[in-house]
Amino acid sequence: MLIDWFTVGAQTLNFLILVWLLKRFLYKPIRHAIDEREKRIAAELADADQKKAEAQKESDAFRHKNQALDEQRAALLSKATDKAKTEGQRLLDEARKAADVLSAKRMETLRKEANNLSQAIRRRTQQEVFAIARKVLTDLATVSLEERLGEVFTRRLREMDGPVKKELAQALKTASEPAILRSAFDQPEEQRAAIQNALNETFSADIHVRFETAPDLISGIELSTNGQKLAWSIADYLASLEKGVDALLKETDKAEIKAESEPEATAEPKPTGEAERALETESQ
Amino acid sequence: MRLSPDAIIFWQHGFFKLNATIVFTWGLMLVLAIGSKIITRRLSTDLNRSPWQNLLEILVTGIEKQIEEVGLRQPQKYIGFLGTLFLFVAAAALCTVIPGYEPPTGSLSTTTALALCVFIAVPFFGIEEQGVGSYLTSYVKPTFIMLPFNIISELSRTLALAVRLFGNMMSGAMIIGILLTIMPFIFPIIMTALGLLTGMVQAYIFSILAAVYIAAATRVRKPKPEPEAKE
Repeated sequence: MLIDWFTVGAQTLNFLILVWLLKRFLYKPIRHAIDEREKRIAAELADADQKKAEAQKESDAFRHKNQALDEQRAALLSKATDKAKTEGQRLLDEARKAADVLSAKRMETLRKEANNLSQAIRRRTQQEVFAIARKVLTDLATVSLEERLGEVFTRRLREMDGPVKKELAQALKTASEPAILRSAFDQPEEQRAAIQNALNETFSADIHVRFETAPDLISGIELSTNGQKLAWSIADYLASLEKGVDALLKETDKAEIKAESEPEATAEPKPTGEAERALETESQ
Repeated sequence: MRLSPDAIIFWQHGFFKLNATIVFTWGLMLVLAIGSKIITRRLSTDLNRSPWQNLLEILVTGIEKQIEEVGLRQPQKYIGFLGTLFLFVAAAALCTVIPGYEPPTGSLSTTTALALCVFIAVPFFGIEEQGVGSYLTSYVKPTFIMLPFNIISELSRTLALAVRLFGNMMSGAMIIGILLTIMPFIFPIIMTALGLLTGMVQAYIFSILAAVYIAAATRVRKPKPEPEAKE
């Protein structure tokens, strides 16, 4: 008999024990390990998916932000360009205005300079004329002329009246020092005596006089005492003439300036050209 | 001539005896259980794992896949029984390379015991899945006349299981024994290698047949409710 029933029973039992043993030591731990790993991988995959989704989201957000930034930048750029254009235009206008003002000022200065120059020339001419006159008169002046001058002076002394005479008399009387009488040339004794007499008679007092010679007086006699002065000379005539000529010249200048400013005012739209032309004509 | 390792008796006391079949079975049990214990003592759950763990994982997942392919939807439930059947038969065949070893599956007592286990397991899983009544009515399908034939079929396939495995395993050992007497060089090695292959095939056949029987028992009535549900 090939079948031993005890062995059959024993092997059945052995097999059942082996089933239990392998279940306990093989299938369960291995299954557990595999499940754990699968769970872990699934978790990692889910995590990766989540991260991918997040990354996608972030990338979208960044793209939107970039787009917004681009738009903003373009807007700012166009705004800045406009502003720069406006500012440039404004600066250009300002510069043009400043240039206009400067050129007007320069025109004015030039005109003034031209005026000054012409005035200086006139003044110089005038001075020269008078200097020549003085020189001529000085050269012509002689002792006889001086004598004549002394006569004229005494006559004028005698003719003097009114408050001028009073003031002079007062000054002569109160003076502590003798009055000074200056003349261009040394006066002869007779003339000195005549003048002394005339003074004494005029002011009804004995007036002390000291005679001096002053070459800068052009053919004239000058009496000065205690701050009062009585003078007569050709220089005085010349001075009054000079004054008169000065006044006349000044009037002529004013008239010229008026005449210049009037065409300027009418030709204001193109001031520079007109002014320049005016100056040119003036200088010519 | 000794046909079965049952004949090698180490110790006997009346009905109880300790023969080579039982001893080698214990040896295999020890090797399988201790080997599993050692390898599964430190299992890693991350991506880096030892080659041994890899081997066991391949084995377990492979068996599960086979069971699933046969038609059992929850392989984890049946792997304890079917997997152990395969591993035990395969290990018994593989160890034939060890000199002096007698495969326990070369004993008709062992194969009968395994076949009886399958004979019990089929109605056990069938009843667990469908309930007693439902399972028992499967014997009178398609008609009542089929009942004896079904019962005969149950018995005969159990017998076939036992005898097929025994025949193959015993013949392998037998052929090698005979060949050794005729031509003691080289040829027995080829035959041993062939024996290993035969052993693996038998292990596969045995466990797959068991799986098919269990699958047949657990899903006899399954397709029926589906059309009803559709209606």
